[in-house]
Amino acid sequence: MRLLAALSGGVDSAVAAALAVEAGHDVTAVHLALSAAPATLRTGSRGCCSKEDARDASRVADLLGIPFYVWDLADRFRADVVDDFVAEYAAGRTPNPCLRCNEKIKFAAVLDRALALGFDAVVTGHHARLAGGELRRSVDEAKDQSYVLAVLTPEQLAGTVLPLGGLTKAEVRTAAAARGFGVADKPDSHDICFIADGDTAGFLRDRLGPQPGPVVDALTGAVVGGHEGAYAYTVGQRRGLALTVPAADGRPRYVLSVEPVSRTVTVGPGEALDTTSVRATAALWLAPRALPLACEVQLRAHGAVHACVASKDGSGGWRLELATAARGVAPGQAAVLYEGDRVLASATIA
Amino acid sequence: MAYLDHAASTPMLAEAVATVTAALAAALSAAGNASSLHSAGRQARRVVEESREQLAAALGARPSEIVFTGSGTESDNLAVKGIWWARHDADPRRTRVLASAVEHHAVLDAVEWLAGHEGATVEWLEVDEQGRLHPDVLREAIERSPDDVALVTVMWANNEVGTVQPVRRLADIAHEFGIPFHTDAVQAVGQLPVDVGASGVDALTLAGHKFGGPLGVGALVLGRDVACVPLLHGGGQERDVRSGTLDTPAVAGLALAAALAVERQPALHARLSGLRDDLVRRVQQAVPDAVLNGAPGRDRLPGNAHFSFPGCEGDSLLLLLDARGVEVSTGSACSAGVARPSHVLLAMGAAEVAARSSLRFSLGHSSTGADVDALLDALPGVVERARRAALPTLRR
Repeated sequence: MRLLAALSGGVDSAVAAALAVEAGHDVTAVHLALSAAPATLRTGSRGCCSKEDARDASRVADLLGIPFYVWDLADRFRADVVDDFVAEYAAGRTPNPCLRCNEKIKFAAVLDRALALGFDAVVTGHHARLAGGELRRSVDEAKDQSYVLAVLTPEQLAGTVLPLGGLTKAEVRTAAAARGFGVADKPDSHDICFIADGDTAGFLRDRLGPQPGPVVDALTGAVVGGHEGAYAYTVGQRRGLALTVPAADGRPRYVLSVEPVSRTVTVGPGEALDTTSVRATAALWLAPRALPLACEVQLRAHGAVHACVASKDGSGGWRLELATAARGVAPGQAAVLYEGDRVLASATIA
Repeated sequence: MAYLDHAASTPMLAEAVATVTAALAAALSAAGNASSLHSAGRQARRVVEESREQLAAALGARPSEIVFTGSGTESDNLAVKGIWWARHDADPRRTRVLASAVEHHAVLDAVEWLAGHEGATVEWLEVDEQGRLHPDVLREAIERSPDDVALVTVMWANNEVGTVQPVRRLADIAHEFGIPFHTDAVQAVGQLPVDVGASGVDALTLAGHKFGGPLGVGALVLGRDVACVPLLHGGGQERDVRSGTLDTPAVAGLALAAALAVERQPALHARLSGLRDDLVRRVQQAVPDAVLNGAPGRDRLPGNAHFSFPGCEGDSLLLLLDARGVEVSTGSACSAGVARPSHVLLAMGAAEVAARSSLRFSLGHSSTGADVDALLDALPGVVERARRAALPTLRR
């Protein structure tokens, strides 16, 4: 096949491209420039698309002897991922930008262009197994990324090759070292790539400005503090709550909900975060099943898996009844249904 | 492989390779620093000085006017910053830089640096839709306030669209007001007749690898009475204007390549013009809506053809042609390799979409009709495919 390998400059995409070349495919590499003003060097494990990353990616392509290009998708990334991220927080939800990037950039803008240019598919270094249209968890459960790929349509998956799903991260690093890749021991990326200093609240404050409002105790209804912007809070958060009134029971309080119109952040005890009932909308099925359905659900990236029964909620979405309580279910994150290690469907938590 | 990117770098001449390797081999037995006083140093110095004379003769300059540098970029930076500093030191009112809007980044960014760090004021002189700076535009800009102009810098010929500027007339205007005139002639040497004396310029940039010399060596031809503050401080090897031990083999290769390129320039011009005209005609036949950018006929580098392909993205075209063994350029790239809309095309009045849809084909001494044939074999299918791949904003 003619494959387009997306090289981030990291170890995973490097090994994915290498495996594709070694499998006999005709591979061309692209590095996606997602920032309009890339930094020169990486800052620890944060940031992305620095010139250092572009160079690391091009060095891998050199070693593989494949063509290498940089595609400028900074405008698309800003519109579809960064602006969406800010707007979701402003609306009181907790977006997952990696998932949005997969959905709108890597497996949309890039895949569309690759197919139009005559490539058969895009190769990426995501840790998940994909064969015969079935998306499964990676054999390395700690590194599994099937959750952030579950938003892809069957058509998008048909144009995708994921060579790493059968390898652990340690095996990927060994494979990189064996091929002489300088990125073999490069640190994993963490956090949100476009917030280089890791200060999400500060990033949002710069874009949304101060929007002061009350922090209300769910049990008493009393105002127990204030904040400079409800967008800086996410359900389940405990740190960063500047409460002026201690809890009656003296126990820690957590963010239970964020209401953007009245700018109200509601806090309460940890167990109030526990829920066994979740609603989700905009369902997308990879492996269609009839509802109601007994299966498992994952409610955030690298989060716990809960046995559940999924049924229709009467307005086109799902109602998920969990066998065990989930803590801190955040609207805006994805609910991904699994059957064992196989992805069935995804939807957005309401 | 069909190599149509000579404006980026052109293959070395065999004679220049022989000269460089011979000079390198000489270093096996004698560690010649051209600044040393002993015999080995004298030997190296002799090579450098003969190279200086050879280069000066090829360009209609005096040997004392040749300042060897590490690249065209260094030469541009030295001329723009060094002359600005010297002129500003002599009279602090002189802050203005007048430059064409289509300069290479080596000039453009050096000028912007002066503006950002040294208090220079910049005027980017408008060009017409063919990329030509009209002498009246320069005259008007100077006459608005002649006393505050530090220098004028206008390239001899444009690296993207190939448009040749009326350098002699522009230099004359600057001189009417006593203002020094620099030109970046990196693309011109070897493709056009370049005579420094006859052109009247005060400073001229050239780079070895653009006309068959080695990479990593350039020169600034700097008039003897043109004050210029150095960029690099140290031993003052080059007229106290540029410090650093010279790369003797590279300098020798540069000078020989320049001599040969200048000697062969008339024949090359005739041959490349014919090849280029054939390329242009056939591209326009194959892709009827392709737009030729730049100036016609004699006001264009003989090896340059530059097209916009409506509905395509330049980097898609490049990728697809590369996959078919045809090597071209979009004409402009930033450090991360991201194609940005060309400032040259934007200055010529092109829309951003058109500026992103362009390719440069540049021919040189080793180009043949087979290169043009290979391009035309691939181009129609490539353009059709690139159109399908265009992002929605480019779809027509």
